[in-house]
Amino acid sequence: MSGSAGPPPVARAIRRGDRRALARAITAVENGDPAAAPVVRALYPGTGHIPMVGLTGPLGVGKSSLLSALVGLLRGQGRTVGAIAVDPSSPFSGGSVLGDRIRLERRADDDGVFFRSMASRGEAGGVAAATREVARLLEAAGFDVVFVETVGSGQADVAIREIATTSVVVLVPHLGDEVQTLKAGLFEIADVFDVNKADLPGADVAARDLTELAAMGKTRDGWSSRVVRTSTTTPTGIAELWEAITAHERFLDDSGARVAGERRRLAAEIAGRLRDRVGHEVTERLERDAELRELLDRVVGRKVDPWSAAERLYRDWYGGR
Amino acid sequence: MAKRSKSAPIRVLIAKPGLDGHDRGAKVVARALRDAGMEVIYAGLRQTPEDVVRAALEEDVDLIGLSILSGAHMALFPRILALLKEQKAGRIPVFAGGIIPDEDARRLKKAGVRAIFGPGTSLEEIVSTARRLARGAA
Ligand SMILES: Nc1nc2c(ncn2[C@@H]2O[C@H](COP(=O)(O)OP(=O)(O)OP(=O)(O)O)[C@@H](O)[C@H]2O)c(=O)[nH]1
Ligand SMILES: [Mg+2]
Repeated sequence: MSGSAGPPPVARAIRRGDRRALARAITAVENGDPAAAPVVRALYPGTGHIPMVGLTGPLGVGKSSLLSALVGLLRGQGRTVGAIAVDPSSPFSGGSVLGDRIRLERRADDDGVFFRSMASRGEAGGVAAATREVARLLEAAGFDVVFVETVGSGQADVAIREIATTSVVVLVPHLGDEVQTLKAGLFEIADVFDVNKADLPGADVAARDLTELAAMGKTRDGWSSRVVRTSTTTPTGIAELWEAITAHERFLDDSGARVAGERRRLAAEIAGRLRDRVGHEVTERLERDAELRELLDRVVGRKVDPWSAAERLYRDWYGGR
Repeated sequence: MAKRSKSAPIRVLIAKPGLDGHDRGAKVVARALRDAGMEVIYAGLRQTPEDVVRAALEEDVDLIGLSILSGAHMALFPRILALLKEQKAGRIPVFAGGIIPDEDARRLKKAGVRAIFGPGTSLEEIVSTARRLARGAA
């Protein structure tokens, strides 16, 4: 890097639409490669203007199929789409099978779509931060809309709210226990509920239950959640789903909630990054650093409790502030 | 930014080009690679050579594994290798598994397929070869 001589070549290549440069920069961001930092820095100022649409919901409800259908709809309107599908990493091996790409139907020569699979790797806060970084790279590369698919049901996925400007929670008829999780967590995070597999019996009942649930309150921004029904096999409702998403995007602009939401997400992103970074460092140093290892030994030996140990480290490092 | 740190997980694309309809073998290999700590992008059935190459580039993989049963490998594999070269991605190693006669295997290796696994190959061998190929590629 040559100081203030302008953006690094990779950043310019990404803006020009160089897909290899984009793909490699995403890898670098995922790996926390320091070489990604100047690229991210150069591209950041131009981002924050497009819809980042989250698709979340339990395993197998049809999120990837919907993503493919939405891609088809938007491509038909001449809009370009970036997509990120996040799947969990195995806690044992660290590996992952990322299978969301299977559902993507598109012309192999269509440069208006860029699909990337991501393994969750770290903890929740870090996942959200890395995903947003990748989403911004897609925005910088010129895509009009970015979708993020994540698996989840319940409180664990509040993370989608830290990523998306509009969160779609996908469910299927015969929710059963899911309704309980809904009450517990998903309810607050959904800007749009989608009852997918509406070709199966029970979709009407499910949509009615959700509509009742949605009418009971509003999201933090003051938006009343919309409920739509889709089927990717028939297919039906895809345009209505997109309309519900854009209605929420318009609401964000009209109400001023977009700015507040972005501020909240960015705060969460900084905190998430820091949490990951500090967490990793502490974990490592507790084994490597002689002084910290001794502290850990004392905790293991029941001489010091974990709470006090953490407090002591916190005071040592941040004390006097 | 082309360099890859040693600690970053290996990313591998597993795809099944051609028209034959089941992918059990490919899934077993995908899971074995996952259990070895790799990130496996599973692209599924009926992939055209163009699909495979596009997926490999977007996913920025270190390695491509192709599975095939239908006998169309002599048409499909060289096409995939050619497309990769065309995209200046000829350095991404490609390995293959499936029912491939010895004579074809020899020709495919000559054409640039780096390893070919017949039906009897152990998962350990596939995993260790995949790791070696991916690491050599950086
Ligand atoms: N009947 C019916 N089946 C559907 C519909 N949409 C998806 N499916 C099927 O549901 C299964 C799962 O679809 P995916 O799109 O992979 O679901 P997903 O939510 O992305 O799955 P994960 O990413 O594994 O959580 C597939 O067999 C699809 O064919 C639908 O509208 N109706
Ligand atoms: Mg999926």
